[in-house]
Amino acid sequence: MNDKLNNKKLMLIGNPNVGKSAIFSRLTGVKVIVSNYHGTTVEYTKGYLKLGDDKMEIVDIPGIYSLEPTMKAEEVAVKIFEEAIKEKNKNIFINIIDSTNLERNLNLTYELIKKNIPLIVVLNFWDEAGHTGVSIDREKLENILGVPVITTCGITGEGIKNLVDNLHNVKKSDLLSKNSTKDTIEKNKWGQIGAIVEQVQKLKHKHHTIGEKLSDLSIHPLSGLIVAIIVLGLSFSIIRLVGESLITYLFEPMFENFWTPVLLKISALFNGSGFLHDILIGQVIDGEISYLDSMGMLSTGLFVPIAMILPYITAFYFVLSFLEDSGYLPRLGILVDNLMHKLGIHGLAIIPMLLGIGCNVPGALATRILETRREKFIASTLMAIAVPCMAQIAMVFGLLGKYGVKAIIIVFGILFIVWIILGLLMNKFVKGTSPEIFTEIPSYRIPYFKSLLKKLWMRIVWFIKEAVPYVLLGVLIINILYVLHVIDFLGNLVSPIITGLMGLPKETVGALIVGFLRKDVAVGMLVPLGLSMKQMIISSVILTMYFPCIATFTVLLKELGLKDMAKSAAIMMLSTLVVGSILNLIL
Amino acid sequence: MNLKEIKIGKKVRIIKLAGGIMFKKRAEALGMRVGSLVEKRSAQFMNGPITIKIGNTDFALGIGMAEKIIVEEL
Repeated sequence: MNDKLNNKKLMLIGNPNVGKSAIFSRLTGVKVIVSNYHGTTVEYTKGYLKLGDDKMEIVDIPGIYSLEPTMKAEEVAVKIFEEAIKEKNKNIFINIIDSTNLERNLNLTYELIKKNIPLIVVLNFWDEAGHTGVSIDREKLENILGVPVITTCGITGEGIKNLVDNLHNVKKSDLLSKNSTKDTIEKNKWGQIGAIVEQVQKLKHKHHTIGEKLSDLSIHPLSGLIVAIIVLGLSFSIIRLVGESLITYLFEPMFENFWTPVLLKISALFNGSGFLHDILIGQVIDGEISYLDSMGMLSTGLFVPIAMILPYITAFYFVLSFLEDSGYLPRLGILVDNLMHKLGIHGLAIIPMLLGIGCNVPGALATRILETRREKFIASTLMAIAVPCMAQIAMVFGLLGKYGVKAIIIVFGILFIVWIILGLLMNKFVKGTSPEIFTEIPSYRIPYFKSLLKKLWMRIVWFIKEAVPYVLLGVLIINILYVLHVIDFLGNLVSPIITGLMGLPKETVGALIVGFLRKDVAVGMLVPLGLSMKQMIISSVILTMYFPCIATFTVLLKELGLKDMAKSAAIMMLSTLVVGSILNLIL
Repeated sequence: MNLKEIKIGKKVRIIKLAGGIMFKKRAEALGMRVGSLVEKRSAQFMNGPITIKIGNTDFALGIGMAEKIIVEEL
């Protein structure tokens, strides 16, 4: 079809939070997580675009303000860019610009033009620019820059087709060749950009919009605190209400009415006993299957992830996705910045913590928005120790629910105190620096419902794919460990600590072993032990703290490196010992 | 006068970026340059971060950085 395009690589490059990932997702159909704060894309993401017979690779480069990196996170992006430039005639660069911030965004455009590369400029958030009183003369900008300028709205998909149709018009800019020597180019950079903006952009004075008023309200220290309490309180209530309702009215009846008869039939096929029967169905007592106690792969193994955890995962990610897309999270970060500085991290570290509540894996990855090794170490360690994931929280809700909200509050209260104390200690003893917060605050946006649902769906699918196999494996391993008496053996070995110091039965060691695989299954294993409320609270806390699950561990190891991971693990185990023993004494 | 000292709601012009080269570069890339007009929007208690508006964009910055941005009233 078009030789010019076949086998080319399209590099999407632009400032943080200008909507690169939304456009990437539109072009490739590859589903990626898009949020309204900077740093959602921390890795090299690639996909493909087919256009007739032409196939192109598309790369979503993490956001940068400048080709001269000024912080760690930008170095990765600049490296990808430098590599791409070396592949001559292979790449088309698509510079995505936030139309509401033309002047600042043109800084990067100017630097790209200086590199003399084939370029297309995309004015994204075109609709929003109109609303905020910014009007840009697209044609004039195209003439001045000397490269195609396309207007889009990445979230709704407007203008994407136009962008694709214009790919073959890509060219190198002649803006600078009209000018004189290199020296004057650098000196006049801002002057030139200013002159361009002057020519193409008209600002209509607008009164403060509702979004701006809300922004002020949520950032002012006093009203901001009230807003934060309302937002977090509401989020928690919605998550519990939606999660519980889904369990009570949908998933439990589904299992009771449809799955139980199937399991009983299978059980009858095995004559109700035998090794394979116990592994698949577990213990059937008086023709009844207890989904929590039976510990069969098809009973407990399916019930735990699908009927106990999935409802809460769904509810949590619905609320989190809404908060992410609205732009509230960075504002929350500013409010808690002071507190977080006492823990050696700045306010934006609240984002990995909140993501960690969903699952520690994305939480650990999100620590990349922090700059120094010290910050990453502290944030990762705090998250791994004191932030339980939703799968585990759901199980704790399920098991402690019978004691009322009080028991649940105690567990999370203890973890919060641990989070604070460990943070204070690490801030005191961990070497290195923690820089101040310095970030752009995204404007408030009303989440676009379709993309919110898409993101929710991606996360649910991810949970099912990641969690269910591991839960099944966990249940299988438990059965094998019991049969081989491994749990008895290890239980006797560590009983001085588990029983002596923490007051838990030695069988808890089984949960600790399985917790390395899946924390939710581990909490489930506490059920048959007949623990008291105090023991349930202690074991829920130490299961959160003692070590991350294997999925989180793998990511942390990669992010922190062997040495820091070893230190982090030492802190985890030591603090678990201390906290477990103290709780046994005071509760 | 620096960004820490001015009152909330005031509009000022940046006349100097004190501090290291990295800070200057980053500030410039984000759009804070000598000559830029800045509006201070909020400040947190106990020397917490301040927020400012430049053009259409809001920024949050720590108090140490705010002290390095020297401004004049309009």
